[in-house]
Amino acid sequence: MIAVIVRTGFKALRRDRGAFLLSFILPIAFFSIFATIMGGMGSSGTARVSVLVVDEDRTAVSERLVRGLRREPSLAATTAPEAKKGQPAPPEYTAATAEAAVKQGVAPAALIIPQGFGANPVAFGPQTGRQPIRILHDSSDPVAAQVVAGLLQKVVMTSLPDTMAGVGMKYFDQASGGLTAEQRKDIESNLSKFHDQMEQRDQEGSAPAADSANNAGGLVAVDIRDVVGENKRSPMVAFSAAGIGVMFLLFTASASAGSLLSEAECGALDRILSARVSMTTLLAGKMTYCTLLAFLQLTLMFLWGAAVFHLELFTHLPGFLLMTAATSFAVASFGMLLATVSRTRGQQAAISTLLILTMSAIGGSMFPRFLMPEAMKTVGLFTFNAWAIDGYTKVFWRDEPVSHLAPQVAVLIGSGMVLFLIARRFARKWEYQ
Amino acid sequence: MSPIPLRIDSVVKRFGEVTAVAGISLDVQERTCLGLLGPNGAGKSTLIRSIAGRIRLDSGSIQVFGQPADSAAARAELGWAPQELALYPLLTCRENLEAFGQYQGLRGKALRGAIQWCIGWAALADRADATVKSLSGGMRRRVNMAAGLIHRPRLVLLDEPTAGVDPQARNRIFEMVEALRSEGTTVIYTTHYMEEAERLCDRIAIVDHGKVIALGSKEELVAQSFGGRSDVLMRFASNVQNGAEWAASRGGTVEDGVGHFSVERPTDIAGLLDAAARDGLEVIDVTLRRPNLESVFLQLTGRGLRP
Repeated sequence: MIAVIVRTGFKALRRDRGAFLLSFILPIAFFSIFATIMGGMGSSGTARVSVLVVDEDRTAVSERLVRGLRREPSLAATTAPEAKKGQPAPPEYTAATAEAAVKQGVAPAALIIPQGFGANPVAFGPQTGRQPIRILHDSSDPVAAQVVAGLLQKVVMTSLPDTMAGVGMKYFDQASGGLTAEQRKDIESNLSKFHDQMEQRDQEGSAPAADSANNAGGLVAVDIRDVVGENKRSPMVAFSAAGIGVMFLLFTASASAGSLLSEAECGALDRILSARVSMTTLLAGKMTYCTLLAFLQLTLMFLWGAAVFHLELFTHLPGFLLMTAATSFAVASFGMLLATVSRTRGQQAAISTLLILTMSAIGGSMFPRFLMPEAMKTVGLFTFNAWAIDGYTKVFWRDEPVSHLAPQVAVLIGSGMVLFLIARRFARKWEYQ
Repeated sequence: MSPIPLRIDSVVKRFGEVTAVAGISLDVQERTCLGLLGPNGAGKSTLIRSIAGRIRLDSGSIQVFGQPADSAAARAELGWAPQELALYPLLTCRENLEAFGQYQGLRGKALRGAIQWCIGWAALADRADATVKSLSGGMRRRVNMAAGLIHRPRLVLLDEPTAGVDPQARNRIFEMVEALRSEGTTVIYTTHYMEEAERLCDRIAIVDHGKVIALGSKEELVAQSFGGRSDVLMRFASNVQNGAEWAASRGGTVEDGVGHFSVERPTDIAGLLDAAARDGLEVIDVTLRRPNLESVFLQLTGRGLRP
């Protein structure tokens, strides 16, 4: 009897494509996405941390440090903006332009080597009286600054071992009661050779031995400052509201647009179309309803964020309204397309679950995109989630003016219109038989 | 002279290899109620949906009050209550009527008046503000009809309006249709229940394999199929073994122990009984019956089950 029940269950599952999809395809799709995000598809997939490097010192020591930072495989260190095709190379970053670039989201961190660094670069004791290296960061990526600070210590050790040895000898000289002139001469001679070797290695561009990462304990003084979220009361709330909000918006839009399928199944659609309502009018009405519903849903979520989590909604109203309108329109069109492509409500539910969860995973609703490998970040740009989150981040996090939302709004509205036109095309199946 | 409510001219509609409507022509005069009868898959629903302008014909034409069926002018004159409950289940009766009234272009006072008329006509006053989902099957059917007629069309298509309802609710629907007829509305009524067609319809079209195979009043159809003959139903005792062969030899059939015969005159029944007695068949009940619409229907479409 149990065998009969089991057999019946499998037969029914095999014929229910939606349940089949959710049982087998969705878990595999999700596993693949998260495995890729976590770098499981090969060690080369791990994301490098972008950092803008400014050398205000301009000494041999600071230049060697810059070269060391550029060679560090875990960092993508740049000293100047990328040159545009056919235009002269832009000037190198200064402290001010690097800070502005971090605020704009060009990179999550900037590293400023101050003037005077080369004269007294490292210390084994207290860091008093020295110019610290400044790390300016955007705390919407909470990992970047820590990674840069840690790797800086490593790079100092691997790029400036001669400098460290020299400083070490000074300490030894002081602590041992003084070296003899002969001893000091020998040491200086050896240090000079060591220095020459390091210079030669730098000239040849060979990589330093990468075995000292475990000793990153404050050789150089570092001052870390959050230049984007320093005045924010609840730094990550806007990000969460946008990420989670867009994902649920997609579900809501899909469900509400699915009423079209319910109406087709019960004959109401036929009746409506036999009245004075055209298919275009009907779809436009449904689209407007879905857009308004999504708009209300997002507004409610951000109001809740403002009331409970101190999200600065009312000081960012224009940007919020623009982004919410564009996002709502885009997700509504996505819902309309799913409804018109699907043949039954059940099919639509299965397809939408698969697509929405996948889009949310790669688009940054579940896992921040800045932690994803580059390839995954690029794939994420094919989702509404990524564009919406980027837009809301500009509004609430970077305090950017409304005009800076143009790319996000254009993509969301433009793709929404394209999806709606495709949905209209698919809806012809209901117009006449 | 005003155009007739419905003119169907040589309509053909195919779905792939299947010809659902195979050249039907039909005129429906004003103030009449035409019953469309036919077995499942005969093409009735396709014809109804074609009249409602929801099907693109392969050939032929349909005109509603002189206008093409898929035109806005025809839609304004036509009301349609589909076989399915084509309603918003989470909206109340009143809200459903309001929505479908607005889809028909009604607004303001005209809309409010139409809703009131519908609520009265369909006897929904007690439950007008209840959600459709919470209503009984019969009430849902009535709301379904009302939603199709809210704009007071002159031609109404009722597609199996009594499917799945109890006798009381059915009777109420009959009264609604009769009320429409008394107001002069032209009605096309499809059903599987012969007694409904007999009660409500002036004319009946029997459709099978996409064609109208008989058309006329009930009396005309009976006369066309049976002339003046009558049915004799003869129930045999349970021990009768060779009833089927015996009935076949006299032009009859046996079904569930009951022999079906056709006689020219009522007195011919005596000859049948004599023959049964002579051949040793025990008859326990005999009924003489004038053929009705069901007899005509079965005669024309056959007794076999349709796939």
